[in-house]
Amino acid sequence: MYQLLKQIAKTGIVSEPAPLPDAALRQLEQRLGQVILKHFGRALAIRHVDAGSCNGCELEIHAMNSPYYNLEGLGIKFVASPRHADMLLVTGPVSRNMETALKRTWEATPDPKLVVAIGDCGCTGGIFGESYASCGRVSNVIPVDVAVPGCPPTPVAILQGILTAITPGR
Amino acid sequence: MSKAFEELGLDATPLAGAMPAFCVSIPAGELRGICEQARARKARLVALWGSDETTRRAGYALHLALGFPSGLLWLSVPLSREDPHYPGIADIYPSANRMQRATADLLGIIPSADADRRKWLRHGAWPEGAFPLRKTVEAAARFAQGPDRYPFIPVEGEGVHEIPVGPVHAGTIEPGHFRFSIVGEKILRLEERLGYTHKGIEKRFEHMTLEEGAKLAGRVSGDSTVAYAWAYAMAVEGATGTEPPPRALALRGILLELERIANHLGDLGYLGNDVALSFGFSQFWRLKEDLLRTHAQLFGHRYLMDAIVPGGVAKDLPRGAGEFLSAHLERIEREVATLKSIYDEHAGAQDRFIMTGQVTPALAERMGLTGLAGRASGIARDLRVDYAIPPYQQLDPRAASHTRGDVAARVAVRFDEVFESMRLVQALVQQLPPGDIRAPVAAAAAGARGLGWIEGWRGEVLIALETAAANRIHRLHPHDPSWQNWPLLEHAVHGNIVPDFPLINKSFNLSYSGVDL
Repeated sequence: MYQLLKQIAKTGIVSEPAPLPDAALRQLEQRLGQVILKHFGRALAIRHVDAGSCNGCELEIHAMNSPYYNLEGLGIKFVASPRHADMLLVTGPVSRNMETALKRTWEATPDPKLVVAIGDCGCTGGIFGESYASCGRVSNVIPVDVAVPGCPPTPVAILQGILTAITPGR
Repeated sequence: MSKAFEELGLDATPLAGAMPAFCVSIPAGELRGICEQARARKARLVALWGSDETTRRAGYALHLALGFPSGLLWLSVPLSREDPHYPGIADIYPSANRMQRATADLLGIIPSADADRRKWLRHGAWPEGAFPLRKTVEAAARFAQGPDRYPFIPVEGEGVHEIPVGPVHAGTIEPGHFRFSIVGEKILRLEERLGYTHKGIEKRFEHMTLEEGAKLAGRVSGDSTVAYAWAYAMAVEGATGTEPPPRALALRGILLELERIANHLGDLGYLGNDVALSFGFSQFWRLKEDLLRTHAQLFGHRYLMDAIVPGGVAKDLPRGAGEFLSAHLERIEREVATLKSIYDEHAGAQDRFIMTGQVTPALAERMGLTGLAGRASGIARDLRVDYAIPPYQQLDPRAASHTRGDVAARVAVRFDEVFESMRLVQALVQQLPPGDIRAPVAAAAAGARGLGWIEGWRGEVLIALETAAANRIHRLHPHDPSWQNWPLLEHAVHGNIVPDFPLINKSFNLSYSGVDL
């Protein structure tokens, strides 16, 4: 126990400041009013859905949960069910084997809801494209508010995408 | 010709390339006999796949890669265009079951009637009787989405009930379906259903040049991008007779070991998290993030994607970076040593780790458990040790080996391998040979074969390549060790409680994308 406490004290606080939103990542006009966004901004519940990714984007979503990014300090947390979520964070080209599951997850998420597509595949279908097995980009299957490119996008880029989605439009 | 294959009555041809490999074609009637003899000689099934040869005036073919002490044997079984049947081998090599079913779904190459013929990769995206990996199916073909009825094996009895989980899980993990049959909290049976991330990777390869394929190979399973990229490069180099320079091989060794360290650090953090030791998660993910940032600084990518290319590596280590990397690893090593002693002495964590999710060495041997999980269950195999090719030749790498086969053993293997990989990187950095980092890749003849076989952090990754004309790909099968290990997870959870499933699953940490393809 002494060793554990010593390690915590030695490590200190490593969290870094959050990035600013970037309106260029927007796919759709901000649909949510200021009042709602004010509440989202203070406690945002996210459900991650891997719709067919290579698991590269998942690595960065995990990394975003490291102490460097202090997500919970920003009021953001990942939840276990779409029914508890305000936002879906969707990775991958949408495989045709995940098409139905993704639609159902979207339907199970209560309104008002936001969708952020993650990675080159989520944005465009990426290297996998469209085929007998792939629907391509996420917006081919469900409406997408913000899309974050990158292969995979860094935790800072993903966080920026999330913050953009909950920032009022001009 | 190698002695082992002579005993099998085969006249195998050596295959050009970095790893010892041989290939031979056999009639379907001899397949089972050869597999039985191979099994008796302790050879393991590394991969099974199929190919469409109708564009080359033949029918179809079934392919097997068997791992012998003397090297890899690539067996090809030509099958007729009209009736591509073969005798199944899942009773000899249990891990063949899902590979046979995937081959049937994609190519219509079907095992004999006594085999498990349930579908595997096919959900509703293409109908029964359509085979998307056949050459007659266009790349852009789309089939109407149909119903997906999958015959799970029901468990009956008083008090038995089912818990269906997934494909969308509670955590940030890949999609798959787990069907638990339980009594109270205890798991009686687990049946996995995968294939959700099937995105047509193998078809995609067939519309690419050898150069373009490197990027896709690095995205078969993102967490093993270095292992796949190296295996792909090795296959292309074998098929084209290209020799990467020594400096490139040393840099590849550094990249592969860094990938192993990064993944193990992340897993050790999650394994702490899953036994309510969130301290472990924060600490290990801090160390992992530090390492990822160093990757980006030195190699231009946090996960080292696209760093390995056919012919060599894309980017040299900047001047002075070797010392920087060494110093960074020494710091991480000291911290990991501290964290290991905290894990070792934490009664709560050890209570959850020890005897949870056990795979005994006997079961592991019978079912063909491989890689990291295999080394936790007494299967002391490691390609870096068993076939020490450059740059591992001079380093005398040691394989981790534990025998208890529980979560604790898989944790112990990870700690051992983190320390060993750090030693290997330090040694490689110190002895980095001078010279070029990339050799020009020669043009490939049509129908040339190449094999890539690399010990990734999860286990052995195989790339089997056959070229087409004009530097294109006729057929490429990427094989992830998760094919072998997923079925053992079903065994590992027997008699455990449902709440321990996430811990057991994480201790294997298998790839979905790597097997769904």
